[in-house]
Amino acid sequence: MTVRDLITDLQLNPLVEGDLGRAVTGGYSGDLLSWVMGRAKAGDAWFSVMGNVNAVAVCVLADVACLVLCENAALDEAARARAELENVTVLRSNDTAYALAAALSKRLERIV
Amino acid sequence: MQMVCTVATRYEVNNLKLHYDVSGDDFTRAGEASGAIKATLKRLGFPADVIRRVAIAMYEGEINMVIHADGGVADVEIEPDLIVITLTDRGPGIPDVEKAMQEGFSTAPETVRNLGFGAGMGLPNIKRYTDTLTIDTEIGKGTCIRMTIAVPA
Repeated sequence: MTVRDLITDLQLNPLVEGDLGRAVTGGYSGDLLSWVMGRAKAGDAWFSVMGNVNAVAVCVLADVACLVLCENAALDEAARARAELENVTVLRSNDTAYALAAALSKRLERIV
Repeated sequence: MQMVCTVATRYEVNNLKLHYDVSGDDFTRAGEASGAIKATLKRLGFPADVIRRVAIAMYEGEINMVIHADGGVADVEIEPDLIVITLTDRGPGIPDVEKAMQEGFSTAPETVRNLGFGAGMGLPNIKRYTDTLTIDTEIGKGTCIRMTIAVPA
């Protein structure tokens, strides 16, 4: 499953489009940046409400496939600029992290 | 006639030394040094897992210096088989290193927590992603953290 598939399947709103062909191999949900950085895996879709510039840095360093802002959380302007610069995909949804992670899990199970 | 022979190393690098200043109290710039190292290692062809470990460990170190020490300096030595990162600051020092190594223990202020930091995972994450970690700290003088990450053959 690619980030592009994720956008379609989970009906996400793209805010910044990075590598949409990148494979999504799992998911991780959390808002404490160091916690996420320590535990999220490369290729995960990261569900969070953190839309600041440091969240984008975590995406780059932890090498996640994309950041999904849940419950319409805001992406601030500095974060948007950094995401565009770093080629990080940022998506947004009305849904909760729980609903989105459950939906991703179902789709990944189907693929496996 | 003199012939100069260059022996290519695994990653075409031999004792590359890089130095970065980490400015204090600027969370928007934190991660610039680790981002630059990530890009350099990628360009040199290091394995993705090694790059990720170096980037995460160094970012945590940078953030710690920004939160607690008003910045500092980062020195990185890149060898084909080993990455050595040394972070030096003139901050307040760590009163209880053992406690600071525990997951969840944090002395970060509320303002920092609101940015998503201060989960008490900085040093534990550094330990998790490095092969060796040495912390030299002195109250009122500063802290020097040295970490190494071995590159698998």
